[in-house]
Amino acid sequence: MTTVAARPPAQKAARRKRTSSGGGIGRYILIRFTLIFPTIFILVSMVFWLMRATGDPITAALGGRLGPEQLAERIHAAGYDRPILVQYFEYLGNIFTGNFGTTISTNKPVTEVLLTYGVATAELVFYALIVAFIVGIPLGLVAAYWRDKAPDAFLRIFAILCYATPVFFSALLFKLVFSVWLKVLPVAGRASTGSELQMQFLPGKTGIYTIDALQTGDPQILLDVVSHAVLPALALGLLTAGVFLRLVRTNVIGTLGADYVDSGRSRGVSEYRLVTKHAYRPALIPIITVIGLQIALLLSGAVLTETVFEWKGLGFELAQFLTARDFVAVQGIVALLAVIVALSNFVVDIIAALIDPRVRY
Amino acid sequence: MTGSGMTDTEMIATSTATGSNKHGLWSRLPVVHQLRQSVGLQRGMLVVGLVITGLFILTAILAPLVSPFGYSQLRDASGAFGAQKPPGGSHLLGTTVGGYDVLSRVIWGAQTALIVIVIAVILSIFAGVMLGLVSGYFGGWLDRVFVVVFDAVYAFPSLLLAIVMSIVISGGRSNLIGGVLAAAISITTVFIPQYFRVIRAETVRIKAEAYVESARVLGASNARIMFRHVLRNATRTLPLIFTLNASEAILTLAGLGFLGFGIEPSAAAEWGYDLNKAVSDVSSGIWWTALFPGLAIVLAVLGMTLVGESLNDLADPRLRGRRSVAKASGLVAETSVVPGGTLKDEFEVPQ
Repeated sequence: MTTVAARPPAQKAARRKRTSSGGGIGRYILIRFTLIFPTIFILVSMVFWLMRATGDPITAALGGRLGPEQLAERIHAAGYDRPILVQYFEYLGNIFTGNFGTTISTNKPVTEVLLTYGVATAELVFYALIVAFIVGIPLGLVAAYWRDKAPDAFLRIFAILCYATPVFFSALLFKLVFSVWLKVLPVAGRASTGSELQMQFLPGKTGIYTIDALQTGDPQILLDVVSHAVLPALALGLLTAGVFLRLVRTNVIGTLGADYVDSGRSRGVSEYRLVTKHAYRPALIPIITVIGLQIALLLSGAVLTETVFEWKGLGFELAQFLTARDFVAVQGIVALLAVIVALSNFVVDIIAALIDPRVRY
Repeated sequence: MTGSGMTDTEMIATSTATGSNKHGLWSRLPVVHQLRQSVGLQRGMLVVGLVITGLFILTAILAPLVSPFGYSQLRDASGAFGAQKPPGGSHLLGTTVGGYDVLSRVIWGAQTALIVIVIAVILSIFAGVMLGLVSGYFGGWLDRVFVVVFDAVYAFPSLLLAIVMSIVISGGRSNLIGGVLAAAISITTVFIPQYFRVIRAETVRIKAEAYVESARVLGASNARIMFRHVLRNATRTLPLIFTLNASEAILTLAGLGFLGFGIEPSAAAEWGYDLNKAVSDVSSGIWWTALFPGLAIVLAVLGMTLVGESLNDLADPRLRGRRSVAKASGLVAETSVVPGGTLKDEFEVPQ
């Protein structure tokens, strides 16, 4: 992984020495891939033991509502009265085959819940990333170019504000201003009921509303879907935009001071081109790495954003399951998110290695 | 430090030892030192941050005196407050849907936030520093296990981890002490990996220094070397992570409260919980129940972030404002904890 700042030189040298004999990109991908498994294993085990430390999920979910005998019966039926180690290995085995259990409150396989609502979250996160790119990168370039001048000061404060505002508060403010006062954008949901009904019976339904809306070929529906996505994407995207802005700024300042930029300037390359081409390109590599780490932040943020906007994704469902004390579902969702985080970090590392050969150690 | 008359090498030599001896204790204190070192915009940001943070801490401590009503007070001598009253009259910021006074809850919320931050940060510093020190100093298989485990925890969405922890600790619903502790410990779990990484990386570096070896030659015990020689030199980045983590703690606490894992309204005031209750108000155009607790969070986080960012920038020669400042500061090298502004990228450990 690339880092923004220099790493302790001793470690770096040692690492080079160890692998200088060989190790192309293929080898790197292989090694990096095998590293996914311990991560997933640790996270999934941690979630299991922590959640189980509170007792069995059936008592948690139905404790007040069922008599002790019925409760014991259901616990027995679900196998929660067996030794915990047996349950643990069964759980691990199940996850390996893609079985995350069955929810208690709605009695559906967790995998089905994940598939249905995961797409919605993915769509939201995708939009948010677009917002973050559009806002964060150009503004970061502006701040780096006018370093320590008024635009830089203003943008740095903007970036800190982006970070300091909890995503659910900015979401509430957007909702208040644009939906309630100005009435230009919808209050909540992923689409209006009419559009949802029309998309429901599409033959090639994907669950990704933008694609489904395109499939109907009705511009009205597409507009409806997009207008529902604007505020959630903005709220979640600005959170990340602040991070991107600061990263771009720092890295471009670093590369702007490099010799090759000076030499470019002496050859008469325009300042605009120096910033947007010469200094910007190499500054991108750390950003790609950070996107991988941002996925975790975005998923946390998505839980909160979805709750505010009733965006029916994984986060919204997670909040519902938490309220219902359905810990099997919570455990499943959390475990899946762990897998997603591990996988996305893997993908990002590979991309970084493809771009920058120095990464392949 | 002004650096007058000192060469750069002298500067570095003195500062890496114990800090300059030429100046009094006052100017060597962490924040005071940076305040003197800063100029222009940097100083402005640091001062604003310190003022906001100071206000936040004062409000938190003086909450019983400043607040017009109690956090769970529903009525006074003239009868019940009434629900969702707009700002004005005896309720400067209006009342909530539950009939609480918004201003009082905002003020008391500062106290809850401060208590949680203090407990969380102290716990995580202790646990993270101890683990990092032991792991980095002794190395071996234990070190490898710790690194892999904390790397995994580190990559995990922090809010989800906090949710899982708060389920474990309090079953999700709690009174004041239980709720505060649950929130604090949940946040601690999120932070331990960060302190662990930083301290471990520093320990590994310092372990190879000549003075550690001489101590060993002189027959100092492992414990003595660890605490006297390594720990004291490894803590230079802690204040930076500390301020940045404190602000993150507020956000995590508010996030937990917003999802309904906070503290019951009768037990303490908590901004996130109040915002959760305000979601339905917003749809009907009631703005004051959401705006004020939200602004309180933003201000508290903003203040601490400004302090943390400024300290971080001042410690990083690449980001430090001007040449004169760079010259005037002794500490150079890799003191930056958060170069791009995100903690999630520094001190990668080789796997």
